[in-house]
Amino acid sequence: MDRILTMNFFHRARRLLVFAALTIGLVAHAADPARPIIAQAALAETPAQRIAIITSLIGSGDESIQGLLAAWKEDALFVYTAPDGAKIPVQLSGDKDDQDAQTAARVDTGQPLLSPAGQPLRLIARELTAVEHTSALRRAMKAVLDLLDLSTPNLKKRISAIQTLGFAQDAEKLPALRARQKLETVPAAQLALREAIALIGLKDASTEVKLASLQELEALHPIGSADALKTALKEAEAAPHPSLTAAARAALNAVDRHLTTVNFFGTLFRGLSLGSILLVVALGLAITFGLMGVINMAHGEMIAVGAYTTYVVQNVFGPGLALSPFGFSFHLPGMNTGGWVYESYFLFALPLSFLSAALVGIAMERTVIQWLYRRPLESLLATWGVSLFLQQFFRRVFGSNNVQVSSPSYLSDNWTFNDIIFGWNRVFVIGFAGLIVLGVWLVLTRTSLGLLIRAVMQNRNMASCMGVRTERVNMLTFGLGSGLAGLAGAFLSQIGNVGPSLGQSYIVDCFMTVVVGGVGNLPGTVVSAFGIGLADQSLQQILLNPVLGKITVLVAIILFLQWRPAGIFVTKSRSLEG
Amino acid sequence: MSAPTARRIEFIAVAVIATQLIVVFPLLNSAGVISDFTLNLWGKYLCYALLAISVDLLWGYTGLLSLGQALFFSLGGYMLGMHLMRMIGDLGQYKKPIPDFLIFLGWTELPTFWKPFSSFPFAAAMVVLLPGLVALVFGFLAFRSRIKGVYFSILTQALTYGGSLMFFRNDLLMGGNNGFTDYKFLLGADVRDASTQRALFIATAVTLVLVYLGCSWLSRTKLGLIQRAIRDGENRVLFSGYAAAGFKLFIFVVAALIASVGGALYVPQVGIINPSEMTPDKSLEAVVWVAVGGRGTLVGPVIGAIVVNALKSWATRAYPDLWLFFLGGMFIVVVLLLPGGIVSLPGRLKTWWARRTAASAETAAPVAS
Repeated sequence: MDRILTMNFFHRARRLLVFAALTIGLVAHAADPARPIIAQAALAETPAQRIAIITSLIGSGDESIQGLLAAWKEDALFVYTAPDGAKIPVQLSGDKDDQDAQTAARVDTGQPLLSPAGQPLRLIARELTAVEHTSALRRAMKAVLDLLDLSTPNLKKRISAIQTLGFAQDAEKLPALRARQKLETVPAAQLALREAIALIGLKDASTEVKLASLQELEALHPIGSADALKTALKEAEAAPHPSLTAAARAALNAVDRHLTTVNFFGTLFRGLSLGSILLVVALGLAITFGLMGVINMAHGEMIAVGAYTTYVVQNVFGPGLALSPFGFSFHLPGMNTGGWVYESYFLFALPLSFLSAALVGIAMERTVIQWLYRRPLESLLATWGVSLFLQQFFRRVFGSNNVQVSSPSYLSDNWTFNDIIFGWNRVFVIGFAGLIVLGVWLVLTRTSLGLLIRAVMQNRNMASCMGVRTERVNMLTFGLGSGLAGLAGAFLSQIGNVGPSLGQSYIVDCFMTVVVGGVGNLPGTVVSAFGIGLADQSLQQILLNPVLGKITVLVAIILFLQWRPAGIFVTKSRSLEG
Repeated sequence: MSAPTARRIEFIAVAVIATQLIVVFPLLNSAGVISDFTLNLWGKYLCYALLAISVDLLWGYTGLLSLGQALFFSLGGYMLGMHLMRMIGDLGQYKKPIPDFLIFLGWTELPTFWKPFSSFPFAAAMVVLLPGLVALVFGFLAFRSRIKGVYFSILTQALTYGGSLMFFRNDLLMGGNNGFTDYKFLLGADVRDASTQRALFIATAVTLVLVYLGCSWLSRTKLGLIQRAIRDGENRVLFSGYAAAGFKLFIFVVAALIASVGGALYVPQVGIINPSEMTPDKSLEAVVWVAVGGRGTLVGPVIGAIVVNALKSWATRAYPDLWLFFLGGMFIVVVLLLPGGIVSLPGRLKTWWARRTAASAETAAPVAS
């Protein structure tokens, strides 16, 4: 008896609370404050009361609303009369058992309905009365659902909901937006609200509101409003209404200008990031090709070695990896880590991909390339053989389809600044490319290995006479160049697909970068990588066609070499053969 | 063995092989001894041999490793392919008088540049003109700025790459990814007929023999001498007062023409041309044939093209997974261990044998005394 009394007491208290909330006109963001309100609406006696209570939910962003109202519309909400006569609204869900009973959840708390003994009750739908809903009530529910996302705590979802309402230009939604405007504290969402309200204002009957909305849009110049503004311009011209026409033109121009700026900086950013990737890939090539004079057609496969290493490391941190190369099959055990430990896999993958590619490169140098230092054209052919060999090897070990490398969360988000999107992975690539260039420069100019490398590359015989072990230096240099390609592969795995022919898609661009930069010239490689990256991206933007852009870049490079056959920076030499 | 004798032997060998290819094979085919499939396969090999000769003319004789020959080969193929597509008439899937892929792209009329290809002489002229023009312009630009050696290879590779990217596009109106296929008629004859295929085989064999003889004559002229001089020491040629660029350009264009004629003969025999024939990989593959056969000779590329492709036909069926390992391995082994290719084997064996007998004679000598 005590129990029931307390229950009734709580019931009343909740009702009081609800009414208090209604009178104030706002709902606090407690845990599921909407549930008791819906429960109360279900118990209300007249349809008018129900509509009033449901309408009060407008502006609330609770997660539970959608499910409950949907259940209501589908006749899954019932009123259960407890043994003590208390009426409790419940939601029936789940599969029916042989007595047609379903699990019941209390609408007001979301908890399972308990019998007095404390056991979860299973109820039969046809023995209960479903909560009714009239068409007016359903309309009210729809209004609530439409505006539900306006108040969701998830900022991105909220902003997109606001924008959707704005683009719909439905004047009925204006009060909700205004109500939300009073509550909104996040600047980005406030901006979205202003844009949406202005957009709806374009459809307003009064000229003043229209004019004010146009001026607001001119000030805010949201990219998405272009279509609505064009319509407004047409209407104003048809009316004809000079001041509105002028305002609409001004707003449209502002949007266009903004769009141009955004595209410009977006292209610049993409060009920079493409240039950075090219740079990291080409830097390795600049060392093997530029300094050593070896045409390594398998350089692209070194990229793939790095990318596959990242893939393997990722799987070792995760569930492990089943491989079946050449008929054998074995399972690489995984550590099954999660959370930040798993996400840190990329930091381990970076050095490992450098090492693995460097090792493959050294093995290649020892077996094939060391015999070909005096025959560059033939090194091209032999390394192409190696490249075919490695590609087929990847196919046999990892399969011929692309494999999935997932980006850690610290690389997969983006910043949106003034409508320009900066992907973190691309920002990371740009930053890391800078670090790598610095590192390579330091190695070449500040370490004894760098000194030996430069000596051997300038004059192999002389260096050898001075006691430099040229064979060893060759090996290490080639390892360094290949390792850099491996690093590039680790980056590429974060940006694109990893497949057996990954390297093939970069090799031509890479050689172009090195040739344009001036062979054997690292600053030239840096300049040409960014130049080609930017040219590629901006031409894609101008010609609206990636392939045509690429072809134009190739033609431009051929023409550029007419002007400067030895690249941007020429290494001056008195030797006839250069 | 004096030079005239060697030339006579070469002449006899060429005459024997030419009769084999031009007369005996087709006769055996019409008698049913050689299957249509085999003859068709050999026709394909001979087209590849033309491509290989064009690579060798540049690489083996002039020292220019061009990775653009696949581009010229497929350009020639595309030019004849356009004529073949026109000859389908309204027998395509859509029963319309224009090629199916154009209808698929929403065209109802023939684009202007397609129109003249209805005439065979025009298409045949374009087989020579277009690749020739591309080679002329590119070669002029490349040789003028003295791009040579590895840079020339990289640039020609980029050219081929750009070309394949362009032909992969649908809005070039050249069939995009799928290229041209499903040919019906050539010069009024049904392309799929055994007799047409036989005639095409004979045409290919005749072309190959003519090209062989032409190149062999070219290499004996003064121009051939300068060509090899450029290969061995370009600066000396320059300092001797020869404009090396002009000679190189001439050879480059001639090689492009040989490749493109090979491609034009290839397309009706294989029945398809698509942009994957145009990739830098295909150029490199042709370089393998030359390397395996033996560069710097004219027999080498022909032998290489036939041997490697026969091997490929067999291996891709018997060991499809291992073929690329094999091709890659062949590349490495030939470059490292057998730079002269197959044709250098007899000579190598002879010197090895001579050295061996000399060595054994030396070791035997003290015992005898």
